[in-house]
This record gives sequence, C-alpha cells and structure tokens, in this order.
Amino acid sequence: MSETTIVEALNQAIAEEMRRDESVYCLGEDISSLDGGYGGAWAVTKGLGEEFGAERIINTPISEILISGVAVGSAMVGMRPIADLQYGDFIFCMMDQLVNQAAKMKYMSGGTVEIPMVLRAPVGASTRGAQHAQSLEAFFTHVPGLKVICPSNAYDAKGLLKQAIRDNSPVICFEHKKLYGGKRKEEGALSPSSVIPDEDYVIEFGKAAVRREGEDITIVANLLMLHRAMEAAEILSKEGISCEVIDPRTLLPFDFETVFESIKKTSRLMIVHEDNYTNGWGSELSAKVAEEAIYYLDAPIKRVASYDVPIPFSPVMENYVIPNVDRIVEGARNLMQS
Amino acid sequence: MANKKVSKDQMVEMYKEMYLIRKYEERIYYLFLEGTMPGSIHQSHGQEASAVGMLYGLRDSDYMASTHRPAGHDLAKGVSLKSMMCEMFGKANGCCKGKGGAMHTGDIKVGAIPANAIVGGNIPIAAGIGLALKMQKKDDVVVCFFGDGASNEGSFHEGINGAAIWDLPVIFVCENNLYGASTPYRTVSKVQNIADRASSYGIEGYSVDGNDVLAVHEIATYAVNKARNGLGPTLIELKTYRIPGHSRSDACAYRNKDEEKQWFAKDPITSFRKTLMDLGVKEEDIISLENKIDEEIEEAVEFAIASPDPLPEDALNDVY
Ligand SMILES: Cc1ncc(C[n+]2csc(CCOP(=O)(O)OP(=O)(O)O)c2C)c(N)n1
Ligand SMILES: [Mg+2]
Repeated sequence: MSETTIVEALNQAIAEEMRRDESVYCLGEDISSLDGGYGGAWAVTKGLGEEFGAERIINTPISEILISGVAVGSAMVGMRPIADLQYGDFIFCMMDQLVNQAAKMKYMSGGTVEIPMVLRAPVGASTRGAQHAQSLEAFFTHVPGLKVICPSNAYDAKGLLKQAIRDNSPVICFEHKKLYGGKRKEEGALSPSSVIPDEDYVIEFGKAAVRREGEDITIVANLLMLHRAMEAAEILSKEGISCEVIDPRTLLPFDFETVFESIKKTSRLMIVHEDNYTNGWGSELSAKVAEEAIYYLDAPIKRVASYDVPIPFSPVMENYVIPNVDRIVEGARNLMQS
Repeated sequence: MANKKVSKDQMVEMYKEMYLIRKYEERIYYLFLEGTMPGSIHQSHGQEASAVGMLYGLRDSDYMASTHRPAGHDLAKGVSLKSMMCEMFGKANGCCKGKGGAMHTGDIKVGAIPANAIVGGNIPIAAGIGLALKMQKKDDVVVCFFGDGASNEGSFHEGINGAAIWDLPVIFVCENNLYGASTPYRTVSKVQNIADRASSYGIEGYSVDGNDVLAVHEIATYAVNKARNGLGPTLIELKTYRIPGHSRSDACAYRNKDEEKQWFAKDPITSFRKTLMDLGVKEEDIISLENKIDEEIEEAVEFAIASPDPLPEDALNDVY
C-alpha cells in the first residue's frame, strides 16, 4: 500500500499487465525513456523501455494513422496494444482507424474479429492554445463499438486502465493533463493521489462512484471538473446546500442507474464537464433523465460546461471558458431557487 | 559561399533579421524562466538561416505556412515584433488577439498564415493556398515549413502529391534538425535525405546546408522563381539543428554532447557575421545595428507587459 499519483498508477497498470501478459505492448511518439527519451510526453511510460525493451515499448514516427492502424491490426490477431497520444487533439488524425475500423470491426465481421486495443489520450486546457486543449469525450461516446473511460484519481486510473487492457473491445482512456500529479506544475493542477493496494485489482466499467453524499443537489462531473465540483460542494455545504457528487468514471458504458438513484433523493441535477456545452456527454445524460427519470426532478436540469468555443490561449480567456468552482457554486445556488 | 546575386547591403539586412530572431528567442526563453509568460514554447534559435534564407525578398502577397516552432518564420515574413511579443503574453493586441498563443502566431496581412500546431497539418493547407493562387492567376507563391518528423505524417504525402499533380506554386521546406521531439530522424525513416522523397512525387528535391543563409537563399530563389513561373513545387531539405530543447521542459537528454558541440560550432549567426566582416562590413557597424535590435526587443517586451489583457468575454468572439 502506498500513496500514488495518477502518472505512477498508470505506469504501474501498464507494467503489471505487460508482465502478466506477453501480448500487451505500448506504441506511440516519444514513449520510450531509453537513450534519453521522454518516457511519454507526460512521463507515463517512463522506465518501461528499460524493463521491456524497444520491442514492446515502441517509439513510432509522428504518424497517427500508423499508430492507430497498427494498434487495430495487431489487436485483430492476438496482441493487446496500448497506444499513446501526447495531446488528445491529435486523435483527429486517427479518426478513420478508430471510428471506421476499430469500432466497427467486430460488428462487420459478425462477431468473429475483436479489437482489444487501448488508446490513452490526455485532454483538458493548460494554456497551450486551441490545438492542445480540447476535451474530446463526446466525439467517442457517440460511437457504438468503442468504450470510453475517464479516471479522476490514481486508484481508478490503475483499476480502469487494467480493465481496459483486459477488455476485448477498443477502449479510449481520457486522462486529464492537470490531474497527472508529480513534478509538472501547471496552473490550477491537482495531484489526486490514492493509496493503492498491493494486490491486483480492476474496476468494472459502467459503475459510477458517489464521491460525496448529499441531500439537495446531485452533481455529476468527470475528470478535473469532478474535483472542482467537490470544492464547490464544500463551499455550498457552508451555505446549507448539501450536494451529492457523482463521478461517472466511464462514459461509455454510463451508469445511469446511480444517477437516477441519487436524484430520487435530491430531486435536482447538475452536470459539469470541461467538454463544451452543446452535445457534450451531459446532453445524453440529460436526455436519459428526461426519458426515464423526469418525475424525480423538482427543477430543470442545470449543465455547467465550457462555452462553445475553441479553447483560447490567453489565461484570462481560458479561465473564463473552462468551468470553475465559482460557476459551479453559482449554478447550484440558482438551481436551489428554481 | 559567395552569392553574386545578393548585395552586401542585402546581406546586412539578412543578418539583421537573423539576429532579431536569435535575440527574440533568447529573450522569450528568459521570460519563461522568470515565469512571466504563460504556456509553453518551442523555439527556433539555431535555425535562423532557414527562416531568413527562405523568406528574404518575398512579397507580402506571398504566403508562408509555419509550425509549432513559428517565431523565426513569422519574424522573417514580416509579422511585427510587438504583435508577436504581445501574443506570447496572451495580450489583446497580440497578432491573434491572445486567442492563438505561441504555436499559432502569424498575420495574414503579411502573408504569414496562423502557425499550425498539428504536425504536418499545414502541408495540405499550403497546397490549398497554392491551388487558389493558381486559380486566381496570381504569380505569388507559398513557402511551407515543417520538420523532419512531419515528413512521416500522411498529410506530407497527400499534400505534396496534390501540389505536384497540379503544378502548384508551393515550396515545401523541411527543416531537418535531426529530431522530432526526443526521437532521432534516423530511427523513424530509412531514407537518409528527406529531399530524396521528392522523386516519389515526380518533383525536384534538394538537400542544402540549412545553417548557411546564402546557400539557403540561393535554392530558395531558384524554387520561388520556378513556382512563380508555373513550373510547380520543389521540396527543399535544410539540414540544421535547434539550439534549445524541443519545448520549455526539454533538457535534451537524447542528444549526445559531441553532436551538440559540432553543430553549435556551425552556428548560422556567428558564421554569417564573420562572412560580413570578411566582405568588409565594419564590426562597429554590426555592433551598432545589433544594439538597435536589442533595444527594439526590450521595447517590445515593455510594450507587451504594459498592454491590456483581453476581456474574458472576448473569448466568445471570432468563432463564426
Ligand atoms: C499530429 C501531431 N502529432 C504529434 C504532435 C506532438 N508534437 C509536437 S512537435 C513534435 C515534434 C515535431 O518534430 P519535427 O516535425 O521534426 O519538428 P521540430 O519540432 O523538430 O521543429 C511532436 C511529436 C503534434 N503537435 N501534432
Ligand atoms: Mg525536427
């Protein structure tokens, strides 16, 4: 048992799975730390080149079609690739391989071909400008055949990534740049470390976690926004507003039941995500509640999300676009009035 | 290497541009170290001969497409120093109103299209600009910069092939600085000279010493004239080396010290300065123009720091 950051937890998950299963390997740009390499843009694969060699920690050219295509092809015939992106935004360079190939292959083959691959992609704004900042969850929760996970702490990061590696479907793991922890000091970054058990564990997909129990409002939030929501809940509790905070942990599949159970009690729902407002994953959750659980609610659903713009560079504007604790607190107060 | 077509005065002008880029990048580096500048940086010092050699003498109406490492290209294309510096600070009067940042600087009024942070993303775009120029029957050209790493992207293949089949006025310039981030080019391609790839598109390719500004300018002049005359694209590979790390946090552990030493000894600025002096330019004159540029940079820094931030709500403009 030891206190572990998300970077360390992901690293452990990959290393342990690679030791357990010869077919697991990693590929991506600058992922090896051999010969002075980075060990990944966020140092997640640091030290793995040393342990597993260049055959299983494969540095690729800057070729996203190659990375994703090789992952699909090798997964088809018995390997379990873990592909790495430096910034999630570059995922658009892989779109055909992910959506037309990986996601559809099992179905098109009548269930005879499976693609047990994982793609890890860092999301979130960190004053790098619009092409290094986007939250991408909703693009992929729209795709049947993919699974989408989004760990917000180290314990989940390890358990969900291990499950993803063992899963026989393509899984996209969205990680938040400001949650990796460790030495990197970005403004507003957190280090949500966890005490991680020594023994092997996985976290089943489609099981949300209630991070804080409450009576008045249910807040559903993922990745960095989960932490911002927890902070907001603390402030609100001092005003007598009691929030129940739910971390969906996986977006596809999504644990609607846990949200329904919660709003049965609170009668109010707020959804917070860094992905932008229109057609974010909160839209689907809202629709689902409208279809199946509307009678539990005493007030309209409130969504707090990034405004519908590309992410601007200037910190002044970036901070405005991304939801912050104040906006969540404000949203909750309004929700209590309605 | 002496170049008959470039006069001594023109060489002095080229030197000034190179020196400006060097000092700009060095100043930015210190502003980052001090923690006064937000975000991250990918700097171009060491590669000044490529930017200036390629772009010197182009028209404002010619276009230039750059990468995540754009400062040298932008300054050499004529983007104003102050507007660049303001953008680095995310200020309202930056060249992208603070919305772009370090990886997207540019100013289309002087032909510098916003820099592209998707590796290889600018290559097909350059072909598109070239196509428009051809359709509009203009004799302007596009210079498209990218790195060795970008040459392995699908967009490289598709963009150059498109420009080739339609004889577009595009000069593709691969700045081969030996590394894509921490990855040595030799480990990600079996083709030693990226210029050799030109033959697979049926166009001309040239490998040139990218630290020799006159050599760069000579091949640039050839390729630009060719493009202006409707004779299609050229792929130019400039062998060069970046002095700083790939980005702010990179200590270059993957580079060997002997290699660094060898390349640092071929510094494009020190060698060109010497060329100028050999041609009879007085050192005191060089020093006085250097001092003037140093002052301009300080002025730009002060101007940027004193400039207003954008309003938060400005974030909502310019989407459509
Ligand atoms: C499509 C895409 N993939 C990966 C990256 C991350 N990245 C940014 S710069 C870079 C290295 C680029 O190398 P090169 O093309 O040689 O240009 P240099 O940095 O050496 O100027 C990488 C991998 C990116 N920005 N875009
Ligand atoms: Mg390079």
